[in-house]
Amino acid sequence: MRVLNLIKIAFNAIVLNKVRTLLTMLGIIIGVASVIAMLAIGEGSKESIRSTISSMGSNMITVRPGADTRGGVRQDASAMQSLTLEDYKAVKNQSTLLSYSTPLVNGGGQVISGSNNWPSTIYGVNPEYLNIKVVGLSSGSMFTEAEVQSAAKVVLLGQTVVENIFPNGEDPVGQLIRFNSIPFKVIGVLEEKGENTFGQDQDDMVIAPFTTVQKRILAIDYINQIMASATSEEVAPDAVLEVTEILREQHNLLDYEDDDFHVRSMEELISTFSSTSEMLTILLVAVAGISLLIGGIGIMNIMYVSVKERTKEIGLRMAVGGKGADILLQFLIEAIMISITGGLLGVLLGLGSTVFIENYLHWPTSVAMYSIIVSFAVCAITGIFFGWYPARKAAALDPITALRYE
Amino acid sequence: MKREIINIEKLTREFTMGTQTVHALRGISFVINEGEFVTIMGSSGSGKSTLLNILGCLDKPTSGSYSIDGVRVKDLSRNQLATIRNEKIGFIFQSYNLLARTSAIENVELPLLYNSKVTSEERKERAIKALRMVGLGERLNHTPSQLSGGQQQRVAIARSLVNDPVMVLADEATGNLDTRTSYEIMSLFQELNERGITIAFVTHEPDIANFSNRTIVLQDGNIKKDHINTDIQSAVKELNLLPVEDQ
Repeated sequence: MRVLNLIKIAFNAIVLNKVRTLLTMLGIIIGVASVIAMLAIGEGSKESIRSTISSMGSNMITVRPGADTRGGVRQDASAMQSLTLEDYKAVKNQSTLLSYSTPLVNGGGQVISGSNNWPSTIYGVNPEYLNIKVVGLSSGSMFTEAEVQSAAKVVLLGQTVVENIFPNGEDPVGQLIRFNSIPFKVIGVLEEKGENTFGQDQDDMVIAPFTTVQKRILAIDYINQIMASATSEEVAPDAVLEVTEILREQHNLLDYEDDDFHVRSMEELISTFSSTSEMLTILLVAVAGISLLIGGIGIMNIMYVSVKERTKEIGLRMAVGGKGADILLQFLIEAIMISITGGLLGVLLGLGSTVFIENYLHWPTSVAMYSIIVSFAVCAITGIFFGWYPARKAAALDPITALRYE
Repeated sequence: MKREIINIEKLTREFTMGTQTVHALRGISFVINEGEFVTIMGSSGSGKSTLLNILGCLDKPTSGSYSIDGVRVKDLSRNQLATIRNEKIGFIFQSYNLLARTSAIENVELPLLYNSKVTSEERKERAIKALRMVGLGERLNHTPSQLSGGQQQRVAIARSLVNDPVMVLADEATGNLDTRTSYEIMSLFQELNERGITIAFVTHEPDIANFSNRTIVLQDGNIKKDHINTDIQSAVKELNLLPVEDQ
């Protein structure tokens, strides 16, 4: 009952000072709106950065056979024959954190078309390879699972290979070429990817079904690598552990035995990703904090002026029976009402400007629910925090002095 | 035996200003009974403002005792004093002290807002009743800026009556008004007094004192004179004697 009356009193005071209240709210409104809009822009760019980094294969996981550690002349890892198709199938079937996976065999050779030739590497993979490497086709199509089964003699060429064996710009799709002495039909051309971070040309490659490369070119029954992509950057380290576990099982390794293979993820890219997004978040939170602080100081300012201006009114209220706590609550409720109303309007304005930015400036945005909740909560708390001091000052006034105040 | 509203005994009030002690009240005693209309007079510095603050429970005496309606004020806390003011005292000020841009009815409701025992319907009812009593039944929704000075003071009087106080305390209530309006307000006070309301009226105008039935004159913190007025003048009559103003 008493609090209800105080809410009524505070509400009346707000309505009586419409313009001033609105000006006070403006600080909060703009603060909250800018927080929401900025976080939306931040989240949007975070997502676009995430997809850019992902396209570099940041969630990629590779499994290679371990180097030979037996006595005598030690062999290079690539010469090891310990990784088999069975291992690949086990990983594919048992893992839960991988979205795509492919076996990989590779060998060097000469790509020949008519009178042109170029030394390159042929990679034998399955169709999921494109998803793992995040590379598209500039023309033609990827080979199918059926073509993998039948070890079809089809290839896709990287841009560098195309430029060197088709120097006159003819369309390579449908052409017959040779890799070493084996004839292949070109069914597609890979999109240009440029150099990787180590200066390696990623377009100097030929892709074919792994069965074809295994049987017709290398004549081997083991595989050189397993490539896979984790469902996201965050789970990549866990996926590494999971794959390790599956392969140890598969290779019947005892507890004391070392792994005879290596599982690696792109840690450098992942840490780049997380440090970038961390920095963005810190930046945005700092900006958000500053704008809400300024809004809060605005509230304090106005409440302070309001208490000064209404000293006589406070004296009168005390004279007719208002207790210190009543006066304190009245001004506190007023401050909270201003900040909460301002917060609500700010949320609306923030959402509106996000839509505007998305549609007219074409920036990527993404409104995070947490930004609405947090900024609204913070502005309510700001109202209480910055309303408290002036309200306490009002409550501590001496009624006699307040009544005589001019 | 009449009910004692105010009982003051050997009341002193001292203020410390730097190293000097100012004796505003030097030990005064008097009793105000129910139904009295007392004017408290004195020149400035006589201690009448200090006495008014203490009577209004806005200030506490340094020594001596003060009881209002049987409650000893000396031992009460700040909050208890606020409750006493809310339930037992009605204040009327020289400058009306109405809330600007607030209707007459809401101004009158104000004291009841701080009394949680009064419901909002009752609050409204009592405010309307008080406004009718002061002759403003037709102007319930006017704001102070739409009312004349005399009407504003009537709203303030209605506000002081709305909580059924045991005593109305008026501080120079006619000080801002012209003679005619002063007399109108005084006739309202006399009317209220006839209905049994106890009034303590602080003023420095001697002709105002003629309308009350008792006058206490203060000088330098002491009571100089405390006499029953045997020749009470009627404010209505005085009003009729005033020359009619040209319209």
